[in-house]
Amino acid sequence: MTQRTYAGIAVDVNDEGYFTQSSVWTPEIAKAVATEEGIDLTDRHIAVLNFIREKTAKGEALSLRSIGKSGIVDAKQFYELFPGAPLKKASRIAGIAKPSSCV
Amino acid sequence: MKKLVILGAGTGGTLIANKLRKKLPSAQWQITIVDKEPDHVYQPGFLFIPFGIYESRQVVKPRKKFIPAGVQYIESVIEKVNPATNIVELANGTQLTYDYLIVATGVDIAPYETPGLAGAEWHKSIFDFYTLEGATRLQTALSNFKEGNLVISIVELPFKCPVAPLEFAFLADSYLRKKGIREKVNIFYTTPLPGAFTKPKATKILGELLEKKGIQLIPDFNIEEVDNSDKKLVSYDGRTVPFDLLTIIPVNMGAEYIGRSGMGDDMNFVPTNKHTLQSVQWENVFVLGDAANIPTSKAGSVVHFAAEILYENFLYAIEGKPLTASFDGHANCFIVTGIGEGTLIDFNYDVEPLPGSFPLPVIGPMKLLKINRLNYLGKMAFKWAYWNLLIKGRHMPISTKMSMSGKETD
Repeated sequence: MTQRTYAGIAVDVNDEGYFTQSSVWTPEIAKAVATEEGIDLTDRHIAVLNFIREKTAKGEALSLRSIGKSGIVDAKQFYELFPGAPLKKASRIAGIAKPSSCV
Repeated sequence: MKKLVILGAGTGGTLIANKLRKKLPSAQWQITIVDKEPDHVYQPGFLFIPFGIYESRQVVKPRKKFIPAGVQYIESVIEKVNPATNIVELANGTQLTYDYLIVATGVDIAPYETPGLAGAEWHKSIFDFYTLEGATRLQTALSNFKEGNLVISIVELPFKCPVAPLEFAFLADSYLRKKGIREKVNIFYTTPLPGAFTKPKATKILGELLEKKGIQLIPDFNIEEVDNSDKKLVSYDGRTVPFDLLTIIPVNMGAEYIGRSGMGDDMNFVPTNKHTLQSVQWENVFVLGDAANIPTSKAGSVVHFAAEILYENFLYAIEGKPLTASFDGHANCFIVTGIGEGTLIDFNYDVEPLPGSFPLPVIGPMKLLKINRLNYLGKMAFKWAYWNLLIKGRHMPISTKMSMSGKETD
């Protein structure tokens, strides 16, 4: 485990850069993490991140489908907001664990 | 008279009906089981039909043959369940009331969920092998296939039998080599996962195997649509994969009545306690097998192990006792890695598939995550055990809980 500083706050992250405690997260911290991912956060991004954090807090699994049906973005727009690997990037910026798949 | 209704007479429903009928006195318990179709299919056998290794008659038997005496069998589509009033409405007009309900209606493919998938090329150059019809039609298409791109694709997770598309790819490689046309065919394997499989050790070993067999892995590929006119897959991030023959695992969803009844999540899986197998919302509802949203494989072995736990907890529940039997998510899957060769994985909620040995009585020990002929024979021998032991609720020589015995850890 290592520590990184985002928006002046020290945050514990794992070796892939995912937060180990999601409670420290703020939108300001998210902006700093997003910059590392090459993303300039907009209100739309923040709305998606909040949705992801709420789903996760309820213990529900994240999927492209559930985000696509969130009413905030569809799957295509989710890709546009977080290009490349949207679920992984958005999870890291949202301060939650890396999404995992069960076998 | 108490009433138990079991929805679905597949692997799980048939197995639990057999076990509970033996245990519950007929004078006190009426058991009814409902299914929409007359045939019980041995689903692990579908994989072998496209390659002509099995014929359809080897994987189909009448359901009634496996329903024990003393269990009422009704063949009907299920219209709706009302869990607040304990009533099941059937499409044939019957209403069933229950004291306890076991949901075991599994999952089905939903090709219409993906734009273009259920279009003009469906069952022409695009096939599933999760239905008898798809697997049989694919057999014809493969035997006529001469050259070009064979693409194997997973649309979305979770899906039934997570190793099946890999097994299909490995068998296709063997099959095309035997036909002497392997060098005329490019095999591509697209998946939404970052690698060949979900967990690290198995992903590494199976990924290396794909590479060794010249099967090109296309990871992180989420299909947005299937373009029928140009015969290509299009991903959300704009990548395209052209195909001449496409074998696809469509979105897998729970039964439609689950959705109509408001009992499921957005994929019609029923929210279920992953240890007790009781519905999260209704105390008198248990969920067995693929129909549940529990975080383990949707696979026959899982249903078998889960049924042992559900059986115990069901008996506790009807006596008003706490549900102390706990499911560990155990799964045990033979993986065919080519014609005549296979490997084996054994894992649960907490322990990923590890290499080592697996102490299967009589024919074992089997090798985990190693490729040999014995594992292939184990897979093929399982068909007999399925029809004769498993779904009849007879003892299978394998432990319900996963054991670390023989497994190699770092």
